[in-house]
Amino acid sequence: MRPFHYEHAADRAQALSLAAASADTHYLAGGTTLVDLMKLDVMRPATVVDINALARDHSEIALDGDHLRLGALARMSDVAEHPAVRRDFPLIAQSLDLAASPQIRNMASLGGNVLQRTRCPYFRDTHWAACNKRKPGSGCAAMEGVNRKLAVLGVSDHCIANYPGDFATVLAALGATVDVEGAGGRRVIAFEDLHRLPGDTPHVETTLKPGELITGFSVPAGSWTRRSLYLKIRDRQSFEFALASAAVALDLEGGNVRTARIGLGGVAAKPWRSHEAEAALQGHRLDEASARAAADAAFAGATAHGQNAFRIELGKRTLVRALIQTAKLET
Amino acid sequence: MAHDTGPKRGPSRRGILTGAGGVAALPLVAAAQPAAHPPAPGARPRMDITLTVNGRDHRVALDPRTTLLDALREHLDMTGSKKGCDHGQCGACTVHIDGRRVLACLTLAATVQGRKVTTIEGLARDGVLHPMQAAFIEHDAFQCGYCTPGQIMSAVACVQEGHANTDEKTREYMSGNLCRCAAYPKIVAAIRDAATKMARA
Repeated sequence: MRPFHYEHAADRAQALSLAAASADTHYLAGGTTLVDLMKLDVMRPATVVDINALARDHSEIALDGDHLRLGALARMSDVAEHPAVRRDFPLIAQSLDLAASPQIRNMASLGGNVLQRTRCPYFRDTHWAACNKRKPGSGCAAMEGVNRKLAVLGVSDHCIANYPGDFATVLAALGATVDVEGAGGRRVIAFEDLHRLPGDTPHVETTLKPGELITGFSVPAGSWTRRSLYLKIRDRQSFEFALASAAVALDLEGGNVRTARIGLGGVAAKPWRSHEAEAALQGHRLDEASARAAADAAFAGATAHGQNAFRIELGKRTLVRALIQTAKLET
Repeated sequence: MAHDTGPKRGPSRRGILTGAGGVAALPLVAAAQPAAHPPAPGARPRMDITLTVNGRDHRVALDPRTTLLDALREHLDMTGSKKGCDHGQCGACTVHIDGRRVLACLTLAATVQGRKVTTIEGLARDGVLHPMQAAFIEHDAFQCGYCTPGQIMSAVACVQEGHANTDEKTREYMSGNLCRCAAYPKIVAAIRDAATKMARA
């Protein structure tokens, strides 16, 4: 690991000023992404600002009227175990329970979790010269390489890395917002706008400005959030990233879809909400045929690169199964 | 199986590996050093920190890069916590911080100041093994033993969290600890047994 300056921030104001003081600063919370990638020499911050003390002010898990408020320093395991989350937002609890391992869930903060980096092997291994995400302009070794687990939605000619996380897929589906604070003050951004598509700048992954800090998330409750499910399909049963996943929340009236919220994980370049699948279901009776039509709509723009071609069909079947199972839930 | 907790006699395996017992091992140590990188301009090579491990305070001067795992093993000579993958994928380094199981390999030591660390060395009380340690021996829940300290630390937390009330749940909530010898059935049996004893204690 390369040397870096370690700074401890006692509170949010100090964290922001420490980050503003030097370029190439990274915030450190649970460390499960940053320390890992620093060891691999993929991330090379000059300064690391430890923000764990901010948990005092930014780890709330609370129902605030019709919104679920989640502090950025809340740990994955605490959110997954929270009774209000389990009752009112089952898919949030499931997406967290099915992610990583118990030890990692005890460490990882929500803010860090949504900013986790891709697991693309060419990004993580610096022996490969070509990775536009790690080294802009160097090419993409994954296009014709081992890309079985890489993205089919939202990819570009410059990068096919997938966003690997589960929780962020749910936040995208539910139309959550992100509270951000930086030198320029506070702002609220739609979760769907936090991550960027790779385009020709895959190294720029989010719309956060340098030094900006995520302080929390707000998730609107709706008539659909209780009837919800996160279905994750993977190579092994536990402690594994998704080959395909579906976040589904439904408001049904007599078997017809009044509102559908749909997210797709594992298969896309960023946390993915499928407005196409939602629109395809709107007002229709939910059955195998309409679920399949929604899945076809969700993957209509998919692009495969050889090994990962099977994940288009797998992604569709995952969504169909999730829709059918969600419709059968007792609420 | 012997449980010798008394003073060590003769040269220890670790003493030899670290070079105290013979120069033949030195190249191994050199190869294990982190890759040499030029220090960042003005980087402070050492920071004085206090680690609270198993109820005792230890004052150490560490490079900020030092993980809790390396601090325990290389600076405090507590080698019970094991380095498997060093990337958060195997669980061999599992310790408790403020009573929660975490991975020491992905935790920078500097971030642990003021928090209570418990390692496998801190589980036994007055020379009596923790029920989980005793159950692992009773059920022969290991072969090579390398993953065992991490398995036990994880298992103790798993029971305390209430995630060991069925075998299925135990398997799911122990999935962060890999065992290349595949002693899994006996690990589950040991946890089932220890959970009952821990509930009674």
